Amino acid sequence: MGSKTPHYDKHVDAGARIVDFGGWDMPLHYGSQKEEHHAVRQNAGVFDVSHMTIVDLKGDRAREFLQYLVANDVARLKDYGKALYTCMLNPDGGVIDDLIIYYISDTDYRMVVNASTREKDLAWMREQAGAFEIDVVERSELAMIAVQGPNARELAAPCIDAEYRDAALALKPFFGLEAGNWFVARTGYTGEDGWEIVMPAADAHSVWDRLLAAGVEPCGLGARDTLRLEAAMNLYGSDMDETISPLEAGLEWTVAWEPADRDFIGRAAIEAQRENTDRRRFVGLLLEDKGVLRNHQKIVVDGVGEGEITSGGFSPTIGRSIALARLPAGDYDRAQVEVRGKLLNVRIVKTPFVRNGQIRIDV
Amino acid sequence: MSELPGDLLFTKDHEWLRREGDGSVTIGITDHAATALGDLVYVELPEVGQDVDEGGDMAVVESVKAASDVYAPVAGSIAAVNDELADDPEKINADPFGDGWIVRMTVDGFDESALMTPDAYQQLLDELDD
Repeated sequence: MGSKTPHYDKHVDAGARIVDFGGWDMPLHYGSQKEEHHAVRQNAGVFDVSHMTIVDLKGDRAREFLQYLVANDVARLKDYGKALYTCMLNPDGGVIDDLIIYYISDTDYRMVVNASTREKDLAWMREQAGAFEIDVVERSELAMIAVQGPNARELAAPCIDAEYRDAALALKPFFGLEAGNWFVARTGYTGEDGWEIVMPAADAHSVWDRLLAAGVEPCGLGARDTLRLEAAMNLYGSDMDETISPLEAGLEWTVAWEPADRDFIGRAAIEAQRENTDRRRFVGLLLEDKGVLRNHQKIVVDGVGEGEITSGGFSPTIGRSIALARLPAGDYDRAQVEVRGKLLNVRIVKTPFVRNGQIRIDV
Repeated sequence: MSELPGDLLFTKDHEWLRREGDGSVTIGITDHAATALGDLVYVELPEVGQDVDEGGDMAVVESVKAASDVYAPVAGSIAAVNDELADDPEKINADPFGDGWIVRMTVDGFDESALMTPDAYQQLLDELDD
């Protein structure tokens, strides 16, 4: 038996198929993964993401510490509640984890890191934090949900304390705010509008019930994965890990090269790689033949070399199979994928595949 | 769990087989298999006329979650495939023992005792639930 989130009983009540995910008993789906996926694209769905690790960083030198710890630059965070997506690198430039950092003040930041990397992340942060006299406080007592979809904020707003409701509805994308002992942020992992809401575990059941009563569809990890794949959002452990730099995972946009004298962990290694014209491409693929692309399938680029699918699956919105893949350097826009001994045709497309309910690629 | 149709035989790999009046057999996957796979999105079917060995790869069903081989429960020759699955693989989820059939095979005869009766298969499912 794995760890259970405060919502676990609600998942069972709703008929969830429960699977192990990084030591947590989590809902895979509640009947139909495809219907849950469509609910988020067309209306609203709610995900239990309480398994994710919330870490508060406090200390006079918190900003300085984060400028050293992660590849993006928290100096970009100047406004209260602003969020920053970044990678935490090892000295070789490999990704220890990807995370979101919310800015409360120069001495107070909230981070959300992956569940499956919890222990090594906390150990790494604490190891680095010592010299900076930073408190690294895990908030495992908190629950977290993601309410996502074009109608998500409207349907979820009545759950927010009236005192903070208007401010929550006025949040701009990628901003959050403290709402009493809740934290509400206009962020997510689906490519749709919505909120991620952190709350005391004691509030978790009633909020879940109210959202479902309001017509918000409960959604499992299955739909979460197909939604993030369509949105071309990376999944740690599939698209990148400690042997892969952000530059080979399509995450160069999250690396702040300026100011040039900011010395963050892994900088020297990825600067060297930045000059390397042979570094691998990270691309979106659309399968032109029938079939389904899957993780780890081999990609063959005629006359160039071989690569691999890092995240593949069926896109319910497009009705075709799509993937993220790491491919050899070169200027080409077609390749083939080996599926059960046959070579099928794939086309390289600009991601995201889907955003805000709209298909964004030529199909 | 709905009741299993009484005229079917089953395998431990969660396939079903029905003897037709003309001596051919129809084959599909069970409700249990379809539910475990989740929403089906693609079915790779064999060629009509192809010979298959008992236990050999015959088709592949792919769901949102994973790809899964369908093995031939008996040896024979593919007489027909369910072409409607190409556009609507979810027929297997909706009606696994009916419209969701996968192939029809002509067979020279086979050992029925190597397959499970509905009661025996139900017992297997009950054990899996425990």
